[in-house]
Amino acid sequence: MFLIYCPYCEEHREEEEFHPKGQAHIARPADPEACSDEQWGDYLFFRDNPRGIHHELWVHAVGCRKFFNITRNTVSYEILETYRMGEQPRFTAEYPEGKPAEAAAARAEEVERQEGVKA
Amino acid sequence: MSQSLKQPNRLREGGRIDRARTLSFTFNGKRYQGHAGDTLASALLANGVDIVNRSFKYSRPRGIVAAGAEEPNALVQLGSTEAAQVPNVRATQQALFDGLTAQSTNGWPNVQRDVMSLVGKLGGRFMPPGFYYKTFMAPASMWMTYEKYIRKGAGLGRSPMERDPDSYDHLNQHCDLLVVGAGPAGLAAALTAARGGGRVILCDEQEEMGGSLLDSRELLDHQPAARWAEQVVTELAGLDNVTLLPRTTANGYHDHHFVTLHERCTEHLGETAPTVDGYRPTRSRMHRVRAGQVLLATGAHERPLVYAGNDVPGNLVAGAVSTYIRRYGVVPGEKLVLSVSNDHAYRAALDWDEAGREVVAIVDARRHPDGELVEQARARGIRIIEGSAVIEAKGDKRVSAARVATIDAEAFTVTGQAETLACDTIASSGGYSPVIHLASHTGARPTWNDEILGFVPSLVKGVHAAGSARGLHDLAEGLADGSAAAARALAALGLSAEAITLPQVDARREGTACALYQVPHEKPTLRAPKQFVDLQNDVTAAAIELATREGFESIEHVKRYTAMGFGTDQGKLGNINGMAIAARCLGKSIPEVGTTVFRPNYTPVTFGAIVGRHCRELFDPERYTALHQWHVEHGAEFEDVGQWKRPWYFPRTIDGKKESMDEAVARECLAVREKVGILDASTLGKIDIQGPDAREFLGRIYTNKWAKLAPGRARYGLMCKDDGMLMDDGTTSCLAENHFLMTTTTGGAAGVMEWLELWHQTEWPELDVTFTSVTDHWATMTVTGPEARKLLAEITDIDLDRDSFKFMDWREGRVADVPARVFRISFTGELAYEINVQANYAMHVWKTLFAHGEKYGLTPYGTETMHVLRAEKGFIIAGQDTDGSVTPEDLGMQWAVGYDKPNSWVGKRALSRSDTRRADRKQLVGLRPKDPKVVLEEGAQIVFDPDHAIPMPMVGHVTSSYYSPTLGSGFALAVVKGGQSRMGETVYLPMADGKTHAAEIVGTIFVDPKGERQNV
Repeated sequence: MFLIYCPYCEEHREEEEFHPKGQAHIARPADPEACSDEQWGDYLFFRDNPRGIHHELWVHAVGCRKFFNITRNTVSYEILETYRMGEQPRFTAEYPEGKPAEAAAARAEEVERQEGVKA
Repeated sequence: MSQSLKQPNRLREGGRIDRARTLSFTFNGKRYQGHAGDTLASALLANGVDIVNRSFKYSRPRGIVAAGAEEPNALVQLGSTEAAQVPNVRATQQALFDGLTAQSTNGWPNVQRDVMSLVGKLGGRFMPPGFYYKTFMAPASMWMTYEKYIRKGAGLGRSPMERDPDSYDHLNQHCDLLVVGAGPAGLAAALTAARGGGRVILCDEQEEMGGSLLDSRELLDHQPAARWAEQVVTELAGLDNVTLLPRTTANGYHDHHFVTLHERCTEHLGETAPTVDGYRPTRSRMHRVRAGQVLLATGAHERPLVYAGNDVPGNLVAGAVSTYIRRYGVVPGEKLVLSVSNDHAYRAALDWDEAGREVVAIVDARRHPDGELVEQARARGIRIIEGSAVIEAKGDKRVSAARVATIDAEAFTVTGQAETLACDTIASSGGYSPVIHLASHTGARPTWNDEILGFVPSLVKGVHAAGSARGLHDLAEGLADGSAAAARALAALGLSAEAITLPQVDARREGTACALYQVPHEKPTLRAPKQFVDLQNDVTAAAIELATREGFESIEHVKRYTAMGFGTDQGKLGNINGMAIAARCLGKSIPEVGTTVFRPNYTPVTFGAIVGRHCRELFDPERYTALHQWHVEHGAEFEDVGQWKRPWYFPRTIDGKKESMDEAVARECLAVREKVGILDASTLGKIDIQGPDAREFLGRIYTNKWAKLAPGRARYGLMCKDDGMLMDDGTTSCLAENHFLMTTTTGGAAGVMEWLELWHQTEWPELDVTFTSVTDHWATMTVTGPEARKLLAEITDIDLDRDSFKFMDWREGRVADVPARVFRISFTGELAYEINVQANYAMHVWKTLFAHGEKYGLTPYGTETMHVLRAEKGFIIAGQDTDGSVTPEDLGMQWAVGYDKPNSWVGKRALSRSDTRRADRKQLVGLRPKDPKVVLEEGAQIVFDPDHAIPMPMVGHVTSSYYSPTLGSGFALAVVKGGQSRMGETVYLPMADGKTHAAEIVGTIFVDPKGERQNV
């Protein structure tokens, strides 16, 4: 059973309070009508199943009801980070030890830019 | 020393038992005596009971082999009454209590005279791995019959058939450091961490803390090691930051340092928890520990050697012999032959000798053993046979002799003539395997260590191992290692430990151990007498060799083919030996062959402990509406809808006879169609939606249009997933320009709420809208039927005029003098008002309705009548008539789809996929059975051609089916391939009983097709 840090409540809580909602960062195509059947099928049905670092969408279902993302190692089950909607992960398959400083700075800027996001 | 008369193997003195307290117990129907402090196993050995079980496959007699959790043979069925039955208890871990009643789990008719052993004797050499499957393979249909008898002969205990009188608890625990195991390393670790101020939990599976110190020959600070253990435990018990959990097994290491501990609170006192002041305490507890760091001080299991006949009662692991002598004052025999590969095991011979029994010989596989213990044995004049091993145990129900020969372990051959030594006990030691099970639960693969000849745990972050658990078997090293590991663990948490003064241990010179697993025999393994590797599952060295010859190379495959390690002991004794044999046969090294994975639980856990209080009435929460008590008082039968208890129907008792469900439902249906009925609809999900963008949000999440819904109006809406499949439906009312009230299905409420939040938080955060669940805040009463208006008019100030308060309008006002929202929504097809009031006023309003309703024939109805009435109107139930593969178009509900809405609402794009456009999709239709008396079975499969050869192509199934008292016939809703263009055609429903029903495809609306009745 996971111990999950809710980035909104800013506390570690037991997995029982959360629901997993699948792979994170699956954006709905901006213009669905412009998608081919195949593109739409990819969006609907196809998900990654990596061995190692994976970004997942979770919801603090019986807590604050907020959706947020988890970067989790699917082998060790270690949770490397949790982050709010609209933010980008620091740990990725490309940067398993965390993005270097300049990338992190870019990330901070990105968050700044998304300040208007109410999520 | 001599022995007590009643317990022939009990020493006069010594051990940690209380000879002043004699306890009686029964094993296989015979009464025996033991002492307080005994385990069932030590008491059986004290009484000279050799055979404790029959083996699983060959039904061979088996005796006690070990003294702890690793015991493979001594599994007993505990309990003197049916309710107290507990299967597969290890006698080595069961404390003796007065009146204990146990039986062997295996053996029919009994362990002494076992019918099945004939199979083992006669068929023995013809029972290779996979024997049962290979032999009883044909015909396949008979396997179930064979299996029943094979299982009767095998069997591993049985479950109680009566209600468990005991109660069990779960306890959530948090600590900085969890120390598993209270042997030397664990005690030193706990003391170090505790003195440093960390919150420490120390658990140990045995009756008493101390582990190997309790039977050690060594001195700590010049006193018996057990004394030091007692002092440390006493100090720890006095510290507020320490929780001591004896009789507590750490059974599972789950994610993120979540460890489940199973504490047996009363199992040493009785077969059920003895009552205290009329109160029965908790029998066992599951501690759900979330630890900052975890320190595994789980020790090691001694490996027995694999030689011919090594399963005959009287064969033990060497350490167990010492444990029984030193801890329980029991010598399990008269004449001992000890076969070893290392120095440490020599203590068994020294202890045996000190107990006054005869050590026939120590047989050492090493050419020139020279450690201190070896010298001590020599000094006592014990015969040591070097470069040799016991190659075969002779005897049937008890060891009678050992055949000893010089061997070449590396060449795997017997090099000399065998000598036969008369004896009744053979103890063996092939080295020590660290107990790596918990570390394995984390997914970390153990690594082979050539120096200690064993696997040591790999550790994930935050997990530490100390002492024997990581191969440091020396006592002084283990103590220091435990203390150091605790300091490291605390440092990782930013806490400081306090260095402790470790007790002084006299340095001891130990010779190097040699690698020996399977002992060679004069005959090749496949033809030698059976050499057992896994005693619980009857896996022999020959079986493993055969498996490798048949092409099984992966150790995981060998394990599954031979069933090695599949018993309740998970191969604690046998696995490494099995891997070594597989490695030898494959010409590989042990690390190349690798190890199998251990999984929770470390030892079996009773379901009671897993379930805790979450059983019977506390299994799942029950939700009641505000009107529940009225329903109970009026005799309602209830139906579970999610967690809700909803009235199903209200049977009346007429002339002393209670109505059947069919009678009650028929009466309730007619009351609604002809007069007026009332339904408690409070369980419908209700979500309050507010914000400037609320209307826009509804337009995106529902399939139909919301742009023009005016305040005071309500609309039915369909909700799809983005794959175009219906997920929920309900009406949503416009309360004000930026304020809506959404209703959902009873079961779908929580899911819809999360669904709305998902879209708002992830895709459309720019929309200014909020969602609040108000399901429990409002009670909903549906008053429906031709007389509904007249009844409601008597108790409301709302103008109910048919033209000013139209169908699909809602009005605010007072009902029975309390504030109410009244919705003119109909799920019955009749004139209907859904009265919503604050839940705590509901009973008052409900009773007022009944006070006024009698003259109109007001009849309460339940969910069954609701279903019949809605189905007669073709109203669907999401989740009953749909199953996640049905689009609004499949339901014929194109009228509720806003194809020309400006946004691409959820589900829209999918409706134009090639798959959703297929003409032969299953579509919702009505079915009218040709025989009006027939009520079709829900779920029944539909075919077009009943004369088609089996398998018939199935083209759909019945989703809803009832008897309609209004129609005087059965009717159904169903999904049928291309059904909407097959009106008037006949379909067939072949049933399991051989009958085939015929039905006509009709429209989905059976009553009042024009919908006039709801508009009156």
